[in-house]
Formats: sequence, structure tokens, C-alpha cells
Amino acid sequence: MDKVIDFKEWMNQNFDVFEKSLNGEKSNGFHKVRKEALVRFNKLSLPTLKDEDWRYTNISPLFKYNFNVVTEQKKASDELVKKLLFDEMEAHHLVFVNGQYSAENSKLFDLPKGVIVGNILDAMKNNSELIKKHFGKYAVDQDQVFTALSTAFTKDGAFIYAPDGKVIEKPIHIIFVTSANGDKILTQPRNLFVAGKNSKVTIIEHYASEANDIYFTNSITEIVADENAIVDHIKLQEESTEAFHISRMEIDQERSSNFSSHLISRGGKISRNEFNSRFNGEGSECTLNGLFILEDNQLFDAHTMIDHAKPHCNSHEHYKGILDDKSFGVFNGKVMVRENAQKTNAFQENNNILLSDQAIVNTKPQLEIFADDVKCSHGATIGQLNDEAMFYLKARGIGDEAAKAMLIHAFAIDVITSIKSEYVKDYVEDFLAKRFNQEN
Amino acid sequence: MLEVINLHANVEGNEILKGINLKVNAGEIHAIMGPNGSGKSTFAQVLAGKEEYEVTDGEVIYEGKNLLDLSAEDRAREGLFLAFQYPIEIPGVSNTNLLKTALNEIRKYRGEEELDTMEFLSLIKNKMKLVELEESFLKRSVNEGFSGGEKKRNEIFQMAVLNPKLAILDETDSGLDIDALKIVANGVNQLKTKNNATIVVTHYQRLLNYIIPDFVHVLHKGKIVKSGGKELAYELEEKGYEWLKNGSEVLAD
Repeated sequence: MDKVIDFKEWMNQNFDVFEKSLNGEKSNGFHKVRKEALVRFNKLSLPTLKDEDWRYTNISPLFKYNFNVVTEQKKASDELVKKLLFDEMEAHHLVFVNGQYSAENSKLFDLPKGVIVGNILDAMKNNSELIKKHFGKYAVDQDQVFTALSTAFTKDGAFIYAPDGKVIEKPIHIIFVTSANGDKILTQPRNLFVAGKNSKVTIIEHYASEANDIYFTNSITEIVADENAIVDHIKLQEESTEAFHISRMEIDQERSSNFSSHLISRGGKISRNEFNSRFNGEGSECTLNGLFILEDNQLFDAHTMIDHAKPHCNSHEHYKGILDDKSFGVFNGKVMVRENAQKTNAFQENNNILLSDQAIVNTKPQLEIFADDVKCSHGATIGQLNDEAMFYLKARGIGDEAAKAMLIHAFAIDVITSIKSEYVKDYVEDFLAKRFNQEN
Repeated sequence: MLEVINLHANVEGNEILKGINLKVNAGEIHAIMGPNGSGKSTFAQVLAGKEEYEVTDGEVIYEGKNLLDLSAEDRAREGLFLAFQYPIEIPGVSNTNLLKTALNEIRKYRGEEELDTMEFLSLIKNKMKLVELEESFLKRSVNEGFSGGEKKRNEIFQMAVLNPKLAILDETDSGLDIDALKIVANGVNQLKTKNNATIVVTHYQRLLNYIIPDFVHVLHKGKIVKSGGKELAYELEEKGYEWLKNGSEVLAD
């Protein structure tokens, strides 16, 4: 095996190769942004367990690989794409294979006038004003090494723009599939979703893999929900169990906007999800719900922050973890209520269920309140399947596996039912049924 | 149907059952009475297969099979039913879901076809009438937020749906007002046939005014110290359990 080159060193050595792969894009004005980000990437240090934000998440295994920064542009097989779509759901779908847009796999229905659903590479050419206005403005990378890495190697990602008053009826299902053929690749989807005033959009970000390969996905998603916009976001993370997934989502919420997020995570060797929402206007609402289902040696980390910067906003956060074998979970949820954010309503809860003696979860719900007229609550629980409930079900003739599956489903049900799309709900329920009740 | 021979069992290292002998035939109702701590509930739960309770000696033959070799779920599938003294609340699992899963697991075990939704619904709606439950009850989570009476009625409702050969009612009367008690007792009586049997575990004689036992057994310190007909229950009601403290001889014939 070749000697592994230092992670940052490797990225720098490969920047030339990456630039070449950009073809004409290099001469475009945006390239300056990449180069500046590379400088910041070099200045920032890689996280270790000594960093408070990474205290429980040992990311060092990631640095043991030299990932290829240039990936092959290809089309995914129709079967693979079909497998990842929800049965019968009418949705626009954007497919990215190894981080690059695959128009051949994608399918868009008619869209309202002015609405853009596509990839960011095209948007850089055709909608440079929007890119200039929003790109990197929410996911700032001054002190975030993985964001700087993403910006430096910006290649492609999804771009959605709903102008003021536009309603995109059908959900937009964005599939990021890695088809690496055993090649250790790095893909860095860079997504930007802008929902104008009074607009409405449903977006499903779906990360998957063709095979159980080792690769690294470093994704950044920036979302703007302008005044009175409704944005429903679902993230399905079901990558290879050997994959590394680091992602950051930044949400900018203007007055009276409604943003809801559901993270369903079950893949990855190490996956880290940062979700940060900021209220920039009064009367807004934010829901951050999550369900993570882990097994073997998987590590999952959810870091969330809801910034109540303005009064009269509501936030609701509920994360649930199901951990089996030697899996390891981290939940760090912060709710910040700033001094003038009176009449804030903030609810936060994290519940975990450990199915084995060796599974571990570290949970840290945090509330920081600087206003005095607010209603906030937070809590966390870690438990096991209730033995008495197990016996009760068995005493009714229900076998061990089925009883376990029923109780796990019961544990997860409130997060699942809060998902608005019936198709996604069914998809998650099907997965749970298959995962925990194999014999049926 | 059931033969219990010299059954000994420990709970957390303490011997609670110290040699129980009991024989139950099809068509019979047996009442097991005794003061608190006599081992009544332990006996009921050992028969149902609670794993935490360790059987240290003796055997239990049920329908020609060694009951103690069967898992709790297989005992239920073989037709044994325990109505819990304290029915467990299971948030997120609806009554319908519990019953449908249970019924189909039992049918599968017996090599029978699973019921389709229509058949299942017509069965449960029919059985609900027996214990006077409202239909809205089906969608609610198992026992969650139920009153004491609703929980006990739910146990009898489950029993009606699962149609066991041997039902063990563990203090099904405790905490019930007289109306609820009548509903529960009426349900049990209607389910009675010459092919099934019931063991009623109770502290009080009152339930036995409504469910008339063929035999009454007195359990004390983990042993059956006295057996008789239904008149034994009246005698107990009159004398209380105080006499047990002075040794079982007092009541001996």
C-alpha cells in the first residue's frame, strides 16, 4: 500500500489536477473564490477530540486516506436510480453521480415561470447574480475547515430558486449517489436553495451509494427562506457503511418563514451533520427533527444550533437515536435565545434507545437564554427496550423479533409521523420493518 | 389440561414458590386465593413464561407438553393467556396493531392462514361488545392513559380475540368498581366453554360472586395449603387470611 500523504498536503498537491478538471470554468470569475478558500483551508487546523465541537467525534480515521479529488463523470444505471426513487411519488429529480450533475438521469416536470431547478455549475453561468448574492454567505468558512475545503474544490451541486410568490408543487428529490467502483473518491456537493417571499418548496436531499465502498462526502447546503416562505427539507443519509459523510446545512430564516427539516440517517462509517438555523425576522418557525439508526461500528454525530435572534419565533427539535452493536452516537443541540428574542418558544428533546450493551450515546442538549419572557424546554433520555413491554407482547404470542420491531417502531413513530410526505414516511417505515424484522 | 408438579421458583434469588401442585382439567374454573406476598402473581407469571423468574424445581405439563421448555410466545401460541395484574402501557403501539400481530403470529405458528383486514376487523368488533369497549379505543396506544377499569377490560378483550385454551386472570378484579367488575366477569363467563379452563388469581372473594369457581385453592408462603369447592372462598372471606399466620392446621378438616 502506498504511503498516505498528510490530508492537507494531499489536497494542496491535488488542487492543480482539480483545476484542470474544471476545463473552461477556471477562467470564470468564481475561481477566485475557490483559491481564496484554499488559503483559508490551509490556515485552519483539522479537528481533533480536543476541539469542543468534536469532543466525542473522532474524525481521525478520515485522515488515513488520500481521496481522489477528481471524479469520473458518468451516468448511473437506471436500475440504481429507480431503486432510490420513492414508488409512485411524482417528483422532480436531480441526480448527481460522484458529485457531478447527470442530466441523463435527472427528470424535471414543468415548472412555474422563473423557477430554477438545476445544478450550481449552470447557475454560475446563467444566474451569476443570485450566486454572487447567496453563495457562501450563510455557510461562512472563516473558521470551518471542511467548509473551506468544500469552497476551494467547488465543483457542482444542486441549485433551486423559487422567485417571490412561486409555489413548486411537486417535491424536488435530489439524489447524490456515489458510484466509485472501489476508487476512494471525495465528492463535495455544494447546494444552494433560495425560496423567495411567499414561495413554497419541498426538497429531499438523498445521499446513497452504489456499493459498500470507502469514500468521503463533504456536503454544504445553504438555504434561504425569505419572508413568509415555506421550506420543507428532508435529508436521507444512507451511504455505504464504510463512507465518511461530513455535512453542514445553514438556514437563513426571514420574517414569518416556516422551515422544517427531517434527517433520517442510517449510513456511513462516520457521519457528521451540522444543522444551523438563524431567525432573522419575527414570527418564524423552525422544526428540526431527526432519526438515526446505527449498527456495527458506525458513528453518527448531529450538531444543531437554532439561533433565536428575533422575538416571537418558535422552534421545535426532536432527535431520536436507535443504536445497536458497538455503534456510537453524538447529539449536540444548542438553542440560543438572544437578549431581544422575547416571546420565544423553544422545545428541544433527544431520546435514544440502546439495543446492545456496547452501544454508546453522548447527548448534550443546550439552552442559552438571554431574554426573560420565553418558554423553553429541553431534555434527553437514554434507555433500553422496556423488558416489561417485551414480556407483555410475547405473552400475547408475538415472537422476540417482531416484539422488538414493534417497540422500536413505536419509539420512532412520532418523528416519522411528523414527516409530511407520505411516500417518505412509507420509505422510512419500510426500512425499519426490514431492518428489525428480517424474518417477515 | 394443566398439571403443576412440585413447582419451585426464585425471584431475584429468593424462593417464592415452594412446591406448588395443581391439576386443572378442561371445562373447569379454579380460583387461587391468598394474602399479599403468598406468591399468587409469581405463579401466574411463571406459567406465562417470565424469564426473570427462575424455576428451580418441579415441572408443568400443559396439553401433554413440558410447558417450562416453551418460550413465553410459544406458550401463548399454544393457547395459554395471562391477563396481567398491571397491564403495561405501550405508547406508539395501537391496540389494533398489537392484536393483529398477535393473532397472525399465533395463526402462523398453528399453520393457519393469516386473517385479512376485513376478517380481522369483523372479529375484533364482535369481541369488543363483550367488554363494552368503544371503537375509538382500537386506535389508541396499548393501555396508554387508560383508566384501571379500561386496562382490565382490555385484557379480557385481548383474551376474547385470542381465544385461549387456558386463561390465567391475575387479580383482574383489583381496583375495579362494581360495574367494571360485572363487565369483566360477564366477559369471562361468556368465553367459558367445556373445552377451555380458567385460573382466577385473586385476593378477594368478591370476584367469585360473579365468576363461580369449581375449585378454590389457598396459596400461602409459596405452597397451596388448602383446596376445596367454592364454599372455601366464603370461609376465607369470613375469616380473612389471619388464620394462616397461626399455621394452616386451623382450617384443616
